[in-house]
Amino acid sequence: MNLYHEEILEHYRHPHHAGTLPDADVIQEEHNPLCGDKLTFYVKFSHNIISDVKFSGEGCAISQATASMLTDEIIGMSIEEIKKLTTKDITNLLGVELGPTRLKCALLSLQGITRAIHHKK
Amino acid sequence: MNTLSFSQLQQEFPFLKNGWTYLDNAATTQKPLCVLDAEREYYTTYCANVHRGIYTLSEQATEHFEQVREQVRKFIGARSSSEIIFTSGTTQSLNLAARLIAQRLNVGDKIILTEAEHHANLIPWQLIAKERGVQLQFLQFHEDGQIHPEDLSTLMTKKTKVLACTHISNASGYMLPIQKLIDSARECGLFTIIDAAQSVPHIPIDVTKLGADMIAFSAHKLCGPTGVGVLYGRKELLEQVEPVCGGGGMISEVQLTSSTWTDLPHRLEPGTPNIAGVIGFGMALQYVQTIGMNTIQHTIEKLTQYALKQLSSHPTIKLLGPKNHSLQHGIISFTVNGAHPHDIASLLSEDHIAVRAGHHCAQPTMKYWGVPATVRASFSFYNTTKDIDRMIESIQKAQNILV
Repeated sequence: MNLYHEEILEHYRHPHHAGTLPDADVIQEEHNPLCGDKLTFYVKFSHNIISDVKFSGEGCAISQATASMLTDEIIGMSIEEIKKLTTKDITNLLGVELGPTRLKCALLSLQGITRAIHHKK
Repeated sequence: MNTLSFSQLQQEFPFLKNGWTYLDNAATTQKPLCVLDAEREYYTTYCANVHRGIYTLSEQATEHFEQVREQVRKFIGARSSSEIIFTSGTTQSLNLAARLIAQRLNVGDKIILTEAEHHANLIPWQLIAKERGVQLQFLQFHEDGQIHPEDLSTLMTKKTKVLACTHISNASGYMLPIQKLIDSARECGLFTIIDAAQSVPHIPIDVTKLGADMIAFSAHKLCGPTGVGVLYGRKELLEQVEPVCGGGGMISEVQLTSSTWTDLPHRLEPGTPNIAGVIGFGMALQYVQTIGMNTIQHTIEKLTQYALKQLSSHPTIKLLGPKNHSLQHGIISFTVNGAHPHDIASLLSEDHIAVRAGHHCAQPTMKYWGVPATVRASFSFYNTTKDIDRMIESIQKAQNILV
């Protein structure tokens, strides 16, 4: 499938959960040194479950769309379930195969969420 | 001046028949067949190590290898072939230069760089600064997007010992006023090191006239193989410094606890060099000289100015670099409203157009421009204005998809 298919472009143009959470339990910043993209994730937990998440920052269509799709996916998921997410889950979400460079753009969000869980007190 | 025929170039560069529009020449250029043939000939008919064997094959390899050193000397106008050190590329050349110069620095000394540097002429000095307790200072971009040589005098103190700067910015193609910078630095007794990775492939360079102490460049941006670079060093200086890497081929006499060194340039080239690569580089030099450096310079300047003119008429494209576009050589950088450079490069790639997107290993320049990344197109003599037209058409297509 075309890398820039309509669903990716729709998430890119109108990302879900864009913004900040003033009462976030963890704020996690991620940086892709290849393209200079920076994303910040605001994560709120209810016990072992992600109850809310938002993200801010600029990036390419792939990193923005992934952040939008992944934040849709993980609200309501448990920490254990999120720890099991793989690269394949991300490319399945996007519905495209990615080359190694663009894969880094897509994995920035997964890295952010995984680290946020790690930093949960 | 020669006129370049694209169909002739296609015969010489098989790559140019593959349907791609290649506009990432600042990263590396394509290679003509003759370069590959020269390497192949070495590997298939006289493959032997250099400066070692007594047998004729080794002597033949040594002769070819050393001939290239002489070719390089002539190409850049050095006085002696012992001023030509072969390295693995500009990065290693600049690291070597920094290590050699560091021997002459004391705690508290100052090194002047510019904001326009590629990381390869910044990080080596950061490492030296940490190790030797010296300070880095920077010539900053002015509002006109230029580096002003007059700023040198305001930074200069008795402790200032080095000016290391790029000749042409790899991010924007901006050509710095290099002669003025070198002259002012030399007047104050500074060591001068020039990153010429983007200038040696585009314009005729005379290192003796420039007068810098050390000049670094790569073979692979000049139609040669990857893994070969040059550090030119003024002989009087090279003779006064100790080697910074040791091994075979650089010694005169070795004892268990101390050794003496052989002559320049071998003293600074320990270990087996990239023999095939250097031989291929010799052929690349011969090739570009047949075309003529003046023809190459003229062709690339025309392409650069054409691209700048075409792009500047698009209101949604923002050109980055010096405000005076005539200072740009071979490289242009831009952003597209509402689209990330990575997406532009990805969509251009779908049309088989190769441009670079990112920070181009020049994060301080990106910071000055206030962007995380740009799209960069860079030209070689085998590009045509059609390549630029195709790129612009594809950018418009990408904009329609993204915005």
